[in-house]
Amino acid sequence: MAEEMRIVLRNYGKIDPLKIDDYIASGGYNALNKARGMSQADLINEVKASNLRGRGGAGFNCGAKWNFAYQAQADQKYVICNADEGEPGTYKDRLIMEGDPQSLLEGMAICGYAIGATQGFIYCRGEYPSVVKTLNAAIAQAKEKGVLGDFSIEVRMGAGAYVCGEETALIESIEGKRGEPRIKPPFPPVIGLWGKPTIVNNVETFANIPAIVEKGAAWYAGIGTPSYPGTKIVTLTGDVVNKTFFEVPTDTTIREVIFGFGGGILGGKAFKAVQIGGTSGAFIPAANLDTPIGFDAMTAIGAALGSGAVFVLNDTRDIVDVTARIAKFFAHESCGKCAPCREGTMRMHDLMDKINAGQGKAADVALLNKLGRVMSYSCLCGLGQAAPSPVLTTIEHFAADYNAKLA
Amino acid sequence: MINVTIDGIKASVPDGSTILQAAKNVGINIPTLCYHPDQSVKANCRVCVCEVEGNRLLQAACSQPVFEGMVIKTRTPKVIEARKTILELILAHHPQDCLNCIRNENCELQSLAAEYFIRDNPFELKVRGLAKDLSTPSLFRDPNKCVLCRRCIEACSVVQIVNALGLEERGSHAMVVPSLGKDLIDSPCIMCGQCIHACPVGAIGEVEDIDKLLAAIADPETVVVTQIAPAVRLALSEEIGMNTGDLPMEVFVAGLKQIGFDHVLHTNFTADLTILEEGNELLKRLSTGGTLPMFTSCSPGWINFCETFYPDLLDNLSTCKSPQQMFGSLVKTYWADKMGIAPSKIFSVSIMPCVAKKFEASRPEMNASGFRDVDIVLTTREIGRLFRMSGVDFRKLAPQPFSPWMGEYTGAAVIFGATGGVMEAALRTVYEVVMQETLEDVNFTVARGFEGIKEAEVDLNGTVVKVAIAHGLGHARKLMDQVRAGESPYHFIEIMACPGGCVGGGGQPITKANVKRIERLDAIYIEDEAMPVRKSHENVEVKKIYEDFLHEPLGHKSHELLHTHYHAKNKSFL
Amino acid sequence: MNFQEILAKYADKPGGMIEAFHAIQEQLNYLPEEVIIEAAKVFDKPVAQAYGVATFYSMFSTDKRGKYVIRICESAPCHVAGAAEVVAALEQELGIKMGETTADGLFSLEFTECVGQCQATPVITINGEPSLDVTPAKISGIIAACK
Repeated sequence: MAEEMRIVLRNYGKIDPLKIDDYIASGGYNALNKARGMSQADLINEVKASNLRGRGGAGFNCGAKWNFAYQAQADQKYVICNADEGEPGTYKDRLIMEGDPQSLLEGMAICGYAIGATQGFIYCRGEYPSVVKTLNAAIAQAKEKGVLGDFSIEVRMGAGAYVCGEETALIESIEGKRGEPRIKPPFPPVIGLWGKPTIVNNVETFANIPAIVEKGAAWYAGIGTPSYPGTKIVTLTGDVVNKTFFEVPTDTTIREVIFGFGGGILGGKAFKAVQIGGTSGAFIPAANLDTPIGFDAMTAIGAALGSGAVFVLNDTRDIVDVTARIAKFFAHESCGKCAPCREGTMRMHDLMDKINAGQGKAADVALLNKLGRVMSYSCLCGLGQAAPSPVLTTIEHFAADYNAKLA
Repeated sequence: MINVTIDGIKASVPDGSTILQAAKNVGINIPTLCYHPDQSVKANCRVCVCEVEGNRLLQAACSQPVFEGMVIKTRTPKVIEARKTILELILAHHPQDCLNCIRNENCELQSLAAEYFIRDNPFELKVRGLAKDLSTPSLFRDPNKCVLCRRCIEACSVVQIVNALGLEERGSHAMVVPSLGKDLIDSPCIMCGQCIHACPVGAIGEVEDIDKLLAAIADPETVVVTQIAPAVRLALSEEIGMNTGDLPMEVFVAGLKQIGFDHVLHTNFTADLTILEEGNELLKRLSTGGTLPMFTSCSPGWINFCETFYPDLLDNLSTCKSPQQMFGSLVKTYWADKMGIAPSKIFSVSIMPCVAKKFEASRPEMNASGFRDVDIVLTTREIGRLFRMSGVDFRKLAPQPFSPWMGEYTGAAVIFGATGGVMEAALRTVYEVVMQETLEDVNFTVARGFEGIKEAEVDLNGTVVKVAIAHGLGHARKLMDQVRAGESPYHFIEIMACPGGCVGGGGQPITKANVKRIERLDAIYIEDEAMPVRKSHENVEVKKIYEDFLHEPLGHKSHELLHTHYHAKNKSFL
Repeated sequence: MNFQEILAKYADKPGGMIEAFHAIQEQLNYLPEEVIIEAAKVFDKPVAQAYGVATFYSMFSTDKRGKYVIRICESAPCHVAGAAEVVAALEQELGIKMGETTADGLFSLEFTECVGQCQATPVITINGEPSLDVTPAKISGIIAACK
């Protein structure tokens, strides 16, 4: 069986997160010092060569993204850590921030040096008040030690809006506004926070950075699947024996995650489906369980690794009911800016509820299909584009469950 | 230049073009809903989505810039399905009462629904079921019809900087609401009605008073008298299917007579009168050390704005009532007397390019005649509707004159309808009063045009008078902040609430783009040019009213009937 | 600290209105109208915009709420773990429906989406503090502990 491999969780449970000396004693801040000895361009090339891809969901090459911001001319640039982890079933960023906050700060500071930014923000979701306290304590210690140099970090708190996980909505929220996504282009590395070049990366992405800088791009690029190297923290929920988290190489298969690390289905029941990547992820049937979790392999089966949430359903579960519940989530979390998402998520919820209540017709399922298809390529941001995924994939793979509920 | 291919047509378009602009260049119209030619790009309706080769996602044509070699397809099955579905979604959340709607046949959503032949909407009709906001006498909001394009918010917060409108909640609960979710009357709204022009549908409109007019006309005891504001005629032409400005004034009068108005008079008469009162007020302030700069007071949206946002500057406002209200107090006194009609029998109607005038007429202090001075105010749009309802065929009508005593006007009054017009009219008169010589060229062209803020200097016998003009309250704010800071170099400032002045008033035919406003400005100056008399103090009927009734500008009678005072609006929630 | 003092503390923080709202809610549990009006002034934004912000985020409320705001996660992992039973137990224990506040002004019940404690579903939070692996049987004890 595949083994856990802890890169971003390298210090988790081993050090006292509120003692910066523990972090330093375990090699912390060596990477930042090493980075500062490199030219910005070399540093960015190193990150690029590692082929680290963003762990927030879009999977963009991290070094390439940094390069846009590095190339942009501006009197001020910003580094933002996206800690608005809102995908249901996901808590990996919390683990990093609770267990090893300095690794995040170090990763951000390396990014700051690379692109020429002296100010960082951590946008932490409002549901994590204790994490905010931990982060603030960690920042205070780092400042006292002087390890961050001229790089400052401030924590900002979200207030219950899933859409703020979208980077431009997040930027709007830091600016004190409604968390509504901006029109792209321009992209944040060119015009971001307060109009300045801004890098927004996920907590897990930043936590990878010190290890990459320290051990080198080649080392990292050799881990897991080549097109999406490294590890991924997966958080297991639902009908699985081990409802917990693991950090695994990206060539680990879904089957290994559920039946190896996860210990299989709870109560000796049979597997029905797994939703990976959070609530906007596709539902995956048993036939695809041998797919590796890496970004491109998942894309190939019409799914996405996303946040790394692994939500398992046993064969007694009513998948239409679960999908109806998910549809309500999106109706609640749509920001309401663009018409297809604002109206579409509401309609999806209505139609799913109707079918779930035994009042649906075949035409309603067909309408869901059309609506979902249109939303997936017409909505302004990723929320609306991804929202139909659970509906479309359950209709595709579990049509019998829908048919059984039709009036 | 950037080379693109649109629906197979190769084109070279300017750098920075959007798909929408590029397509227009090659003669392809892409449908839009939230797009507004004078506003920021919103890209929130997604009706304009197109395919771009190599991209799974459709791109909003209004926001997506073109790039070299871009291959765009604007009407593939995927695009058509997306646009139709989006329209179905919007329509299913919108009342299906087009027949009863104030914007029937003039609605962007209705047009799109027709263009995309939306027949059996697969989505169940679901309307919000909210009450209409009827709290103001000027405009209503029907939140059920709102399509969340946000154009009204931009008109209110960026063009006018009034910030009465904003967003509430999110998702399908998101709404455009007056500040703090209150009724309009309890918001900072100054009732300019620019949101009406911005709205693509019938979610905001004027409060209609046509039924009150019809009742008055039907009553044989009532003498229905109307005044027509300067900017109405040329824009009304558009409402009745003519080009801007083409409806001759005397034919307009004939049309009103045919509908049943007993007497047709002109607000232009009191516009000329205003010049005499306001011009003299300015000269008095200049010579006696009065509060300067003096602000014009013709625009009721502007008055509301000043009372709301600059209550500390109310002393700067000219005490002159607006021409509408001067007319109102004179028609039931001077004119009634001249005509031998009991003022109690007069029903005073005002035809205005404005919705704020409805509020102004309802102010409790506007009863100097002992009655409500102006009984009802109808907008240009309402008069257009009335003519359509009455079946008036203007091509067959013989011209008719205005009734006597308050129907004569000069070119100076005509230009009141344009930004800068009051200033220019005032200068024509003030110059001659002070210099005691004839002004040969009456055209003060520096006061003309669509520039947000215009300024000029006039040398009056060695005294240099500095004047400034702003239209659109966003521009007015700049001048006001200067005054508030004690840094204003001006003696006299003209403010019109609406962009372009009254030609762009909230009661004018729905005007999406500023180019239309500019077209109307041109029509105004053509009319002025053609007038035999172009200076207010040369208006014979105005001379007559001073001889017979008012005796002198700023005199006792004027004070009683033509001047007013202002009240700070204590609104804590701006 | 009264809300004016809290707002003043955040006045110099660019975009700090959301932070200030959090701090005020920690004391008042909701955002009264005068807070929104004053916040707009302090952060030099129109009231209409401040109101738009206050009503956008689900953690903010413009309606008065109880001393203890209990939020029940209804996201899919909690849903399959029995969130509906927890909701029913809470409604019964407190004698109110979701979205309501008890007459004594002590408790408010709200739905929330995922709070990121999915290793121990179902989850509720009380004034932001999570309670894990909640079952209907635990509800009485949890409520009693608040009082």
